[in-house]
Amino acid sequence: MLLIHCPYCEEDRSELEFRWAGEAHIARPDNIAAISDEEFAEYFFLRNNEKGLTYERWRHIHGCGRFFNAARDTVSDKFLMTYKAGLPKQPIPAETKAEAIAEEKTVETWEQMEGDAR
Amino acid sequence: MVDFGAEIATRTLPLAGAHGGSSVARLELAAPAERISLRVAAADVAALSAALGVDLPTEPKTSASANGRTAMWLGPDEWLVIADGPGEIGSGLMAEAAKASVPHSAADVSHRNTAILVSGPGAAATINTGCPQDLSLAAFPVGACSRTIFGKVEIVLLRTAEDVFRVEVWRSFSTYAFGLLAEGAGDAAL
Ligand SMILES: [Zn+2]
Repeated sequence: MLLIHCPYCEEDRSELEFRWAGEAHIARPDNIAAISDEEFAEYFFLRNNEKGLTYERWRHIHGCGRFFNAARDTVSDKFLMTYKAGLPKQPIPAETKAEAIAEEKTVETWEQMEGDAR
Repeated sequence: MVDFGAEIATRTLPLAGAHGGSSVARLELAAPAERISLRVAAADVAALSAALGVDLPTEPKTSASANGRTAMWLGPDEWLVIADGPGEIGSGLMAEAAKASVPHSAADVSHRNTAILVSGPGAAATINTGCPQDLSLAAFPVGACSRTIFGKVEIVLLRTAEDVFRVEVWRSFSTYAFGLLAEGAGDAAL
């Protein structure tokens, strides 16, 4: 079970209390009526689906109920950092990043296992 | 206010007649209680505290009790306030909240919730059969409270003594919650 740090409850809580809420830091255009269809599609439909470090919104739905932001590694599923909603995208502290990279080297990805099978 | 028909209406309480438990955990139904769901901004917390006669706690996972009511922190601007004990229905939490002349939202949820009291040396183990929170006394001391998950239903958990918990649950989920607690109490006794 993953433990996720809620920045409002100020402690690590079980993933069972949380819900994923999509990519973070997507700014709504100031004048949505003025943008082109392509720009609208980019804003509304298209997401980066990053492999590795990604910024997401999560909601502590069965806890304090708040939305917040999280930096997560989609390869290892490790949460690198969480911070309150409304804050700008936060840099990952260097030591957290180094730790995550070291851990990632030992993580079994599907591709690695597929390689072994062959 | 005319209370038309209140004298003749009979209300069947959720879980009426339910019983369960084991040698280490006792399950009881809490008396009906008046409850409000309260939302108020940080700047106006003091005004609501004064109106309700209990200091709304602002630390996560904490509760406060005074004047026969208990206020539980659910989120940064959200509390569940319960008037304790039998006979408190109609004591006026809604009316008292309305006396605070600051913007807030108070919703009467007295009948939305019911509560199950879990007590005994196996109380924490019983709840932990369906709840992932750390219920050690260090992490969840007496007076601690939290909205959390129990099996597949949401609950608000309050520790009222070292070995006593109050499980607040929506009434339509209460048979599920009671059933799982009864199973948990059995498992805790193994
Ligand atoms: Zn939280």
